[in-house]
Amino acid sequence: METSVYPAHNYLSNGHTLRSWLLTKDHKRIAVLYLISISAFFFLGGLFAVGIRLELTTPQGDLFQPDTYNKFFTLHGVIMVFLFLIPSVPAVLGNFLIPPMIGAKDLAFPRINLLSWYLYIIGGLFTLFAIVAGGVDTGWTFYTPYSATSSSSNVAPVALGVFIAGFSSILTGLNFIVTIHRMRAPGLHWFKLPLFVWAHYATSLIQVLGTPVIAITIVMLFVERAFGFGIFDPQRGGDPVLFQHLFWFYSHPAVYIMILPALGVISELVSTFSRKRIFGYSFVAFSSLAIAVFGFIVWAHHMFVAGISVYAAMVFSFLSFSVAIPSAVKVFNWAATMYRGSISFEAPMLYVYGFFGLFLIGGLTGLFLATLGTDIHLHDTYFVVAHFHYIMVGGAIMGYLGGLHFWWPKIFGRMYSEFWSRIAAILVFVGFNLTFFPQFLLGYLGMPRRYHMYPDEFQVLNVLSSAGASILGLGYLIPVIYFAWSLKYGEVAGNNPWGASGLEWRTQSPPLTENFTEVPTDIPEAYEYTPKVVREAKLV
Amino acid sequence: MGGIPLFPEAASSFASEVDALYLFIVAVSAFFTVAVSVAVVVFGIKYRRKHAEEVGAHIEGSLPLELAWSIIPTIISMVMFGWGAKLFYEMRVPPDETLQIYAVGKQWMWKFQHTGGQREINELHVPMGRPIKVLVTSEDVLHDLYFPAFRTKIDAIPGRYSQLWFTATKAGRYRIFCAEYCGTKHSGMIGSVVVMEPPQYQAWLAGGGTEGTMAERGAKLFNDLACNTCHLDSGQGRGPSLKDIIGKPVELAGGGTALVDEGYLRESILNSQAKVVKGFAPLMPTFQGLISEEGLAALIEHIKSLSPQATTSAPALVPAAATISSTPDAPAQGAQR
Amino acid sequence: MSNGIAHAEGASPAHGHDHAHAHHPALQHHFDTMSQQREAGVLGMWVFLLTEVLFFGGLFFAYAIYRSWYYDAFAAASASIEILPGLINTVVLIGSSLTMALSVRAAQTNQRKATVNWLIATIILGTVFLGIKVYEYADKFAHNHVPGASFQFAHVPAPGEPHVEEPAAGHVTTMGHDEVERTTQIFFSLYFTMTGLHAIHMIVGIVILFIITWMAHKGRFDSEWHAPVEMTGLYWHFVDIVWIFLFPLLYLVERHN
Repeated sequence: METSVYPAHNYLSNGHTLRSWLLTKDHKRIAVLYLISISAFFFLGGLFAVGIRLELTTPQGDLFQPDTYNKFFTLHGVIMVFLFLIPSVPAVLGNFLIPPMIGAKDLAFPRINLLSWYLYIIGGLFTLFAIVAGGVDTGWTFYTPYSATSSSSNVAPVALGVFIAGFSSILTGLNFIVTIHRMRAPGLHWFKLPLFVWAHYATSLIQVLGTPVIAITIVMLFVERAFGFGIFDPQRGGDPVLFQHLFWFYSHPAVYIMILPALGVISELVSTFSRKRIFGYSFVAFSSLAIAVFGFIVWAHHMFVAGISVYAAMVFSFLSFSVAIPSAVKVFNWAATMYRGSISFEAPMLYVYGFFGLFLIGGLTGLFLATLGTDIHLHDTYFVVAHFHYIMVGGAIMGYLGGLHFWWPKIFGRMYSEFWSRIAAILVFVGFNLTFFPQFLLGYLGMPRRYHMYPDEFQVLNVLSSAGASILGLGYLIPVIYFAWSLKYGEVAGNNPWGASGLEWRTQSPPLTENFTEVPTDIPEAYEYTPKVVREAKLV
Repeated sequence: MGGIPLFPEAASSFASEVDALYLFIVAVSAFFTVAVSVAVVVFGIKYRRKHAEEVGAHIEGSLPLELAWSIIPTIISMVMFGWGAKLFYEMRVPPDETLQIYAVGKQWMWKFQHTGGQREINELHVPMGRPIKVLVTSEDVLHDLYFPAFRTKIDAIPGRYSQLWFTATKAGRYRIFCAEYCGTKHSGMIGSVVVMEPPQYQAWLAGGGTEGTMAERGAKLFNDLACNTCHLDSGQGRGPSLKDIIGKPVELAGGGTALVDEGYLRESILNSQAKVVKGFAPLMPTFQGLISEEGLAALIEHIKSLSPQATTSAPALVPAAATISSTPDAPAQGAQR
Repeated sequence: MSNGIAHAEGASPAHGHDHAHAHHPALQHHFDTMSQQREAGVLGMWVFLLTEVLFFGGLFFAYAIYRSWYYDAFAAASASIEILPGLINTVVLIGSSLTMALSVRAAQTNQRKATVNWLIATIILGTVFLGIKVYEYADKFAHNHVPGASFQFAHVPAPGEPHVEEPAAGHVTTMGHDEVERTTQIFFSLYFTMTGLHAIHMIVGIVILFIITWMAHKGRFDSEWHAPVEMTGLYWHFVDIVWIFLFPLLYLVERHN
């Protein structure tokens, strides 16, 4: 790579006051605001996880009071799901990259984008308030009647926080949908779009259709709690299981909100680091849409033992397999992309490798839960905990970190330490497996979730899991250091340090506020790699 | 790492089929995980970049491959679904002739009732080899009755009955867990299901004996009846600490005092609302009808053993006016809610 | 789907800081043309309304389930609600949709004063609706029909009216007259949540109308740019349509007049 000069004029230098940041309409600055805030919440959620794993090294509940422990796992879940995973890739990477990827100057509604961030912050503040006021102990799933009646904790502020953060998510999705429909550069038709954009489009559909349902569920829970309305109260004819239907109608699609954008990242990384067009482009594009659609019709697979009828259970089990197929299609297409590629192993690609192993295991273990005969035994055990952590952490977070490592040079114009980034990727992979693989075994042995103390026979596996968590935590902390270091001391990145395709790499790093001085007109097919393209990309 | 258990005991008629289905899915998962992982590792090595401007081959895709790797997983999925659904149907639809048990989940204990009148808390005695149907409900919030050794569970829902059934195939003592988060002592809602050979079960039904000293038996009962979940040594629990209380007066919630002796202890166990200690809510359930005289006495001995000086210095007290009789093994009047 | 950019002027230069041609003062910098801006806004409002359908949809779903289980309780509760205020409100709201549509038309045809007047009429009608709602809610409070600790519902069965049967398999309790009264609380919980949520949407709509009216008064809209009025119209019509569903579901269960 030629030595580049750090561009004097860019979106970061365009205004240094606090006001220029807090009242910005620039999607890139908003992405950076999100980056800072979701990172803060990630480490807060991680702190609660540390508490959980420390407690679970011994069978007795000897570190924390039971109520305290229950609050820890609740807050870990609430923060990680609503304040980290759901925004992560869309709000940071999607916000930053979608306009340049489609040749636009900004999203369709920049002020609504800023409003999204403020709503996110307000939602987060309500949650923080609840933590300081003594915490919530209902589990992130807030099942009634416990959450409506007997829990004496701060359900209302957390519910309100989630409600408000939900609107942040809805508005981001709305913004992306309109942007992708209306703001593409001339000549950029749908099948020339990067798969990252397809993934975000599908995610936005879910955000827009699903999130309102949890919003109204929270409203119902709130009026039940605050005014004693009794919609879910069996004493007054209400049905606590109705809450579960309403809750999961959103919360199942929500898991696809959490994973689809990361899958979009993986498409970009696999293609770039194999210098090859994604195999089966349209299949990968349509699989994102298929996941979004099928994701809405499987919710009751969370309720197989909740008292639904045998026949309803069979229907939902059958449909649940339909979601697995498009995910498998993606994985096969990515592997096929690497066949006869030209592969390099910088940090983003290491995250891709880590992703392959972990997402495969996570996705395949979903089959155990979709299968009725095994789900009865495995429901609400540590098997489920392991399954969703493999997907959410092993899949989504690996994708997010891979994307962060890939686009960091574009966002900040600086390279980070290649050596330390590889160390961190390996630590995360090893630590993650050690933390969560034993939990599959614990689950089949029968250890239930949300247990503060447990019988002695489960201790060995729990100790292994906690040991792994310490390695995993280290793996997450190291990037904070080298990323921060890179901002001041990192090598200047230049426009396209990776020789990647994609319109965003044609801009300077960091980009100008308006992204392009001239909107590109000669937009090639997605993922065009020739030696000439690579050479020119790296020269600019 | 010897000795890491992988499977719980399989102690019901369908447990081994659940395990077989599980292993099938493990095999499929392992196959695909290994296949794809090996492929990407091999590709990474074989096609690693050899010079700076090298690019990958220009390949768009392959319809036959897409169809193959869509259709084959679909077929495998359908096998999993079919087998799982069939097994599920067997696990959920009980045979016509079953022994009925009522289970009530309550924060934070399981109460079991046999139709013959036996009541148990956190322990369930069942005969081997007979289909048993458990009708489950909850008194307060959601719980879940889970028998890992039988591979089955069902949520306990307030306001209605849900059910599970099993035929236990192996004598022994197995875990009962609550598998739906229900608050503070969710992880304390642990019990045991005791599967007995038919003759032993008959003996148990007739009031079969226990073993050990009374205080030992009482200590066991103290745990089995979940007294320890509320009567914490620290005094921070829902009930007062029972350490070192014999022979001492306590203030009562309604005013006045009482001397802690065998009579007071007996009354508190059978009629818990009568003389509640000041500073505590009247939450203690009644054990009337749930404990035999021997059990009661054993409990009292155990509590006395928690006050070391009391056993040596205090005079043995005659149980005061035993007007409240425990009702050993008397048939209950209908299902208890 | 074709390229979403409507303008046909070949390679359109990005707006730097020197404008190649004069543009409408309301054109935002990240859009190339007014029509692109308008289309984006309208599409955005439609997507937003879709989220609102899902939002209210959760309540309608809960209503449908409970109505199927406790039909008699729902009928009894619905019968206790005065029809006339609801009917008046329905007419008022439909009328306000008419005035809203007329104001959009006026904006399209560059009639500033008419735009403002029709918007004011919409605000007035919306406020009338809310006023009548206040009256209705006060009436419910007076009758102790607000769910919660003080809820009371007296249900006197007409001669020959059959006993209410057990609602659904799996429910351990049997229904009798007391049960009708017990489960009417669910109806009223849904009544207040649904109409309350609707009223909140009306209030927000009226606030938006005030802003749009002021903007119209200031001459911000013309035949080339009046998308905000259009978008407000879409929102207002949606709020009206929600009421069209609420009215029969809440007021007209088993009315045989």
